[in-house]
Amino acid sequence: MTENPAEGAERAEGSEDVEGTEGAQGVASAAAAGPTSASRASLLRLGGLTVRFGAHTALDTVDLDVAEHETVCVLGPSGSGKSTLLRVIAGLQPADAGEVVLDGRNLRTVPTHRRGVGLMFQDHQLFPQRDVAGNVAFGLRMRGTARAERERKVAELLDLVGLPGAQHRAVGSLSGGEQQRVALARALAPGPRLLMLDEPLGQLDRGLRERLVVELRRLFGELGTTVLAVTHDQGEAFALADRVVIMRDGRIAQAGTPLEVWQRPADEFVARFLGFDNVVPATVTGEAADTPWGKVPVPGGTAEGACRLLVRPAGVRLVPAREGLPCTVAARTFRGTHVSLRLRPDSGPELDAACALAAAPEVGDRVGAAFTSDDVVVLPATD
Amino acid sequence: MTAAEEAAGEEATGEGGPAGAPGARGAGRRATVTRLALMALPAAFFAVFFAYPVLTIVGRGLRADGSWQWGRAAEVLGDSGLLHVLWFTVWQAAASTALTLLIALPGAYVFARYEFPGKRLLRAVVTVPFVLPTVVVGSAFLALVGRGGLLDDLWGVRLDTSVWAILLAHVFFNYAVVVRTVGGLWGALDPRQEEAARVLGAGRLAAWRRVTLPALAPAVAAAALMVFLFTFTSFGIVQILGGPRFATLEVEIYRQTADFLDLPTAAVLTLLQFAAVLALLGLHAWTVRRRESALKLVDAARTARRPRGAGQWALLWSTLAVIAVLLVLPLAVLVERSFAGPDGHGLVFYRALRAAAGADSTFTVPPLTALWNSLAYAVAATAVAVLVGGLAAAALARRGGGRLVRGFDALLMLPLGVSAVTVGFGFLIALDEPPLNLRASWWLVPLAQALVGVVFVVRTMLPVLRAVDGRLREAAAVLGATPWQVWREVDLPLVRRALLVAAGFAFAVSLGEFGATVFIASPDRPTLPVAVARLLGRAGELNYGQAMALSTILMVVCAAALLALERVRTDRTGEF
Repeated sequence: MTENPAEGAERAEGSEDVEGTEGAQGVASAAAAGPTSASRASLLRLGGLTVRFGAHTALDTVDLDVAEHETVCVLGPSGSGKSTLLRVIAGLQPADAGEVVLDGRNLRTVPTHRRGVGLMFQDHQLFPQRDVAGNVAFGLRMRGTARAERERKVAELLDLVGLPGAQHRAVGSLSGGEQQRVALARALAPGPRLLMLDEPLGQLDRGLRERLVVELRRLFGELGTTVLAVTHDQGEAFALADRVVIMRDGRIAQAGTPLEVWQRPADEFVARFLGFDNVVPATVTGEAADTPWGKVPVPGGTAEGACRLLVRPAGVRLVPAREGLPCTVAARTFRGTHVSLRLRPDSGPELDAACALAAAPEVGDRVGAAFTSDDVVVLPATD
Repeated sequence: MTAAEEAAGEEATGEGGPAGAPGARGAGRRATVTRLALMALPAAFFAVFFAYPVLTIVGRGLRADGSWQWGRAAEVLGDSGLLHVLWFTVWQAAASTALTLLIALPGAYVFARYEFPGKRLLRAVVTVPFVLPTVVVGSAFLALVGRGGLLDDLWGVRLDTSVWAILLAHVFFNYAVVVRTVGGLWGALDPRQEEAARVLGAGRLAAWRRVTLPALAPAVAAAALMVFLFTFTSFGIVQILGGPRFATLEVEIYRQTADFLDLPTAAVLTLLQFAAVLALLGLHAWTVRRRESALKLVDAARTARRPRGAGQWALLWSTLAVIAVLLVLPLAVLVERSFAGPDGHGLVFYRALRAAAGADSTFTVPPLTALWNSLAYAVAATAVAVLVGGLAAAALARRGGGRLVRGFDALLMLPLGVSAVTVGFGFLIALDEPPLNLRASWWLVPLAQALVGVVFVVRTMLPVLRAVDGRLREAAAVLGATPWQVWREVDLPLVRRALLVAAGFAFAVSLGEFGATVFIASPDRPTLPVAVARLLGRAGELNYGQAMALSTILMVVCAAALLALERVRTDRTGEF
């Protein structure tokens, strides 16, 4: 898990490719993936896609649009149906209901090998009996591309993914990161209309993962590839995607730019999945809400009534014990740029807070907690 | 392999739903149609060339006036002579198995853990006996311990009248089974597991007993059952070395069928043997499943090292001595006898093989033509076995299918259980009249020989096909490969080696097949084993010498086939 997804979110915000211009304070109720890019033709459109395995529903009426040149990341815990989504689009898994439309063409009767999509498998699935060039050229060979053209293309792609001259290496001799690059080159070689990545960086160690995320983003930007990736790692998703789709139990829980999702989680599930644990039941009256932690200020214009309330750790300020909610410091973890604290209030559930290293109290210290409304998010009352 | 298969199965259902989803209905129907198409030819083959002849012969024996005569079965089973045969069959199989384990387990250890010069060659050498025709093994032991054999010449010792000749020949035969099955696993067991136990305070012996032995036990059990199965159905060896005193069920079936034409008794014995073998196969499948439980395996090449200390060297040398005396010596004596003519060593017997048939000769054709017959039959049988077995394996390897597939899988093992003699005689009786009058057909022999070959092909190919990660096929499909291209580009390269190995085994099995061929090979087209057996059955030094010479030729052909195979096998895959 990347510890600081906000960093990724900021990067995405700075990118020119940001989609979904509903504004940073977008509609909090985006429970379904409404078409966010009316300005661009959508390359891939999923309508009411449903897949059932016996009694278990892996995909439940999923609607999703991916615009040309867009990078969309489907994010969700394991078992949320995100891999099934890719398999349905690739034609490896038939849908029970709904349609997959690629470039205006319904793919219902099109077999996998004629769909013209690329899929990079979770553990790469390089062909063990072929060398690097044999793997990368595979898709071209299946299409009957001439040998000279294949060799040119392979060399070009290997340059692109940073493995120049690796044509004759055995795939067994490649490191995890190199295999990943070969798998990417192989998926890109036939020039797919849509490139799908299943946990693209899942098995790599963290340093490599962070480097590759940056590389991938640059690469997709240069090539103008349309990308649909799935991952369980929010850091990866936020860093890679123009738009993030969060899935839960086969349904889309929220869709939006990384920043939107980060700033305004649609519901408690999304909030908790993003790593926010400060969620409590609350009743809003005027400018504040009644919570188990006492009065918590809420952003202006919040509707009154029962709701759930999220307080991001950054919104928990430490004050002297007398002045705020009295707490004991239960744990502290050094995070490099800051310190995360676990506070145990005298009443109410435990509370996550973040503070600068210099000001960090010790475990066992008595502190007070105060709340800032900027980092308070009102979530729907029940899930 | 099972683990990989399970993993693949899990993957197929995406995020963990049960397979056979309603969503897969359309694709499921397609898959079923494909599977049935693949299974059609193997199923037809087994129906016509296995079930029909066997059922015909059993029916001939046990049906009279349109009804089953089960009373006869009880009569036969109550016969004390036959009880004696049954007792001897079980007894000698158990003794052979125990003796083989006793002698071969140290060998398995030596091959698994020690590194020494010439190990690869020696491993091939110990495997040669396994592919040798039973008839050759019989002749070799006859040359060693029989009348006028080496021991008889040197010390006047003859064992061919005792059960020891049979037991030793069985050890000779099955040494490789234990070394391969147990040694293969032993070498791949991670020594660090034992080291971990040592660090946790276990003594050397305790560590072995608590860590290695439990991991090894299922493999030992599987090997023991395999040896028991082979020796339980032993025919050629007992026929040649057993004399009139000793007979296994299979030999008795042959005698009842060929000598006494007592079909009811033969049918009852066939069913009896069938039931026993089925039980053994079930037991074997169970131990194999247990063997595939989670073991931590490593590359065997990494665990072997040079022996250290007097004890380890002694173990290595004693293993080499056992191999020399038990495996190499009989074959050496066989070769020597084939050259030992009445006037000193020479090619007398070999030349006689080429001589045209005389008035009192055993054959109507020069015996050497048996070599060409055998090779032609074996090539044809191998082709049939690879075609039928390959299709069956491809059908069985496809995912899902449930009971139908398991049933078909089990059906394919049956030829191992049914007496070859019964199959041969069944061919003779059942395929003799329209619509299937194959009596005069050259194809009768290869078709019968292919039956067992099919089992080998299926058993060799299936694990490899099942181990092919289904996602590799998916990766190819996503990259634009049509289903046919997927098979050619993904499956074929991965199974090519297994296919060669399977074909080699099928070839060796066909070359050595005796029980069925002895019935159906026409007199003017004998195979090598049939010719050897017929020569051994006649008196006279010339016949004996020719039998030795023909056996030597057969041994060389089989060994050559095996060594070629061994090259294919060890290039990359190592053990089995």
